[in-house]
Amino acid sequence: MVKVEFLGPIGKPTIEMEALTLKDVSLKLKEDASLSEWLDKCAVALNDTMVNDLDITLKEGDKISILPPVCGG
Amino acid sequence: MELYKGSLDVKEIFGRWLDEEATSNYGAYIPFVGTIRAEEGIEALSFDIYEPVLEKWFNQWQEKANKLGATVKMAHALGDVPIHTSSYVSAVFSPKRRVALELIDEFVEDFKANAPIWKYDVKEGKRIYALERSTKMDGAGLLN
Repeated sequence: MVKVEFLGPIGKPTIEMEALTLKDVSLKLKEDASLSEWLDKCAVALNDTMVNDLDITLKEGDKISILPPVCGG
Repeated sequence: MELYKGSLDVKEIFGRWLDEEATSNYGAYIPFVGTIRAEEGIEALSFDIYEPVLEKWFNQWQEKANKLGATVKMAHALGDVPIHTSSYVSAVFSPKRRVALELIDEFVEDFKANAPIWKYDVKEGKRIYALERSTKMDGAGLLN
């Protein structure tokens, strides 16, 4: 199982899912209508490191964070 | 990197940073202050921060600055920050002015684009996510 957490304004509780790669996570999240407005805008971190590759292999207990558009300052 | 609940005490932070580097032999100290402006009827801005990724982002900038013989510092507010007070300060110290002037520009701009901080307008006590003023982070849309 991996954990998926939704940061900032997405306002959705953390979920757990079976996934071997980030591609699997993508397919599962696309089934959730409440995320349809977010996925095209959000960046992704794996265990708190920003990532940019859907083929990354996941392992048990990995934490995936979904980061919506930012505006610090 | 420092995080505070509510408005920043800008004078305390800048004074302390100056003291911390008083004998580091830096010739230039360039501070930047971000202040909440009164506009569109807001009472305050409010901020969420994802600290683990912010810490990594900041540490990468510190490494970059150190390679140039410089150091960077920053402080940011969490939660509500009323208008006319500060939510963000940063600074660069460097041996000579040129490096500091260039670094403060890049550091503040990259902060706006890639620091994992979310901003909300506060109106009549309600938080409204400032989507139109926000920037997609590098790599956004990966899961789409």
